[in-house]
Amino acid sequence: MHARADTAAEQAASWPNEIFAVLQRFEVRQVPYVPDAGHSQLIARVLASPGMRGIPLTTEEEGVALLVGAFAGGQRGVLLMQSSGVGNCINMLSLTQVFRFPFLTLVTMRGEWGEFNPWQVPMGSSTQAAFELCGVRVLRASHPAEVREVVEAAAAQAYNACTPTAVLLSQRLIGAKEFTK
Amino acid sequence: MSKANLLDRRRVVSALLADRKEALVVGGLGAATYDIAAAGDHARNLYLWGAMGGAVMIGLGLALAQPQLPVVIITGDGEMLMGMGGLATVGLQKPANLSIIVLDNECYGETGGQMSHTAASTDLVGIARACGIQNVHAISTLGEVEAFAKTLQDVAAGPRFASVKIDSANLERVLSSRDGNFILNRLRGSLGLNPM
Ligand SMILES: Cc1ncc(C[n+]2csc(CCOP(=O)(O)OP(=O)(O)O)c2C)c(N)n1
Ligand SMILES: [Mg+2]
Repeated sequence: MHARADTAAEQAASWPNEIFAVLQRFEVRQVPYVPDAGHSQLIARVLASPGMRGIPLTTEEEGVALLVGAFAGGQRGVLLMQSSGVGNCINMLSLTQVFRFPFLTLVTMRGEWGEFNPWQVPMGSSTQAAFELCGVRVLRASHPAEVREVVEAAAAQAYNACTPTAVLLSQRLIGAKEFTK
Repeated sequence: MSKANLLDRRRVVSALLADRKEALVVGGLGAATYDIAAAGDHARNLYLWGAMGGAVMIGLGLALAQPQLPVVIITGDGEMLMGMGGLATVGLQKPANLSIIVLDNECYGETGGQMSHTAASTDLVGIARACGIQNVHAISTLGEVEAFAKTLQDVAAGPRFASVKIDSANLERVLSSRDGNFILNRLRGSLGLNPM
C-alpha cells in the first residue's frame, strides 16, 4: 500500500528529536500542524510533551492565524506542514507583515528528489518562491547533520529578530516516499 | 434593506461588550471591526482589516495562551463561512474561555450585500454543534443577547458559539486603527507583555 519502505530507518533518525530539543529550548508552546509523514516523529514528541500543545488543523492557513493569537497572548508557536500546505497559507501570510509577529514554520518537502507522485511536484517546485514572494525567509536542511543548526538559526531569527522564517526539510533528508510494496 | 424585527448590529455589539471587564476581543474584518470600534476603543481589541477566515483561529491562539481571561470573537457570517474549519479545530481543543459570536446579516454587507449561504441553506449553529462545541445559541432578540453577554465572563463553560440574526443595513463606518503592529503591541502591553 502506501507504507514507506524506510520506516525503520526513519524511526531511527535523530534529527526530529534534535528539532524537538530546539523547540523546547526556545520555549515554544503552541504547535499547530497538518500531518505529514516526514513530521510524524516530531508530531508524536510534541503530543507527548507536557509543555507543548500540538494543535491539529483542518487546513494550514489556520496555523498562521493561530500563531498571531498565540503571540498576542504571550506564547511562541511553530507551524508544521508539508510543501503542498504552503499554497493554502498565502493570504494569511500577510499577517507576518501586518502584525510583525515572530513566525516560524517547518516544512517537509515533497515533489523533489526522486518523487513518485506528480501531484506533489507543482507546489513543491514553487514552495520556496511562494514564501519569498510573501516576505518569508527560507532556510533549507538537506542532511541529517545540519538540521539542528539550521532550525536553531531559523528559530533565533524568527523569535529574536522577528524575521518570518521557513525551514524546508528536503525530501533528500526525509527520503522519497515509497509507493511499491 | 432593513427588515422589521431584526436586531441592530451596533446595539448587539454594545450589549455584548458593555460589561466586558478583562475580556480580550477579536473583530472579524469589515463591519464587525467597525461595530467593536463603535462600542469604544480598547487596548484589548484586536481589530482585523483582512485575513478573512482567520478570526476564529486568532482567537483560539489567544484563548490557549491566556486561559484565565475571556476571549470573545465577533465576526460576520461571510468571514465565518471562509474559516469554518476553525470551528472543528476549536471543537477539538475546547478552550473553556473562548466565545464566538457571528453577526449574521445573511449577506456580504461590506462588498455590496450579496447574499451568503446562511440566507438559504447553511446553519452555522448546527455546524458549530456538529464540530463538538456544545454550548451553542441561535439568538434573535436583544434579551437573549444580554443574557448571553453575561456568560462571556465564565471562563470555565466554553467554548460557546452564538449566531445573532441582525438586520442587513450598512451603517456608517467607525474606523479603528489599521496599524496591525500597533494594535498587537497595545494588546500585549495590556497583558504586561513586551512588544517583542
Ligand atoms: C480573502 C478575501 N476575499 C474577499 C474579500 C472581500 N471582502 C471583504 S469583507 C467581505 C465580506 C464580509 O462579509 P461578512 O463577514 O458577512 O460581514 P458583513 O459586512 O456582512 O457584516 C468580503 C467578501 C476579502 N477581504 N478577502
Ligand atoms: Mg454578513
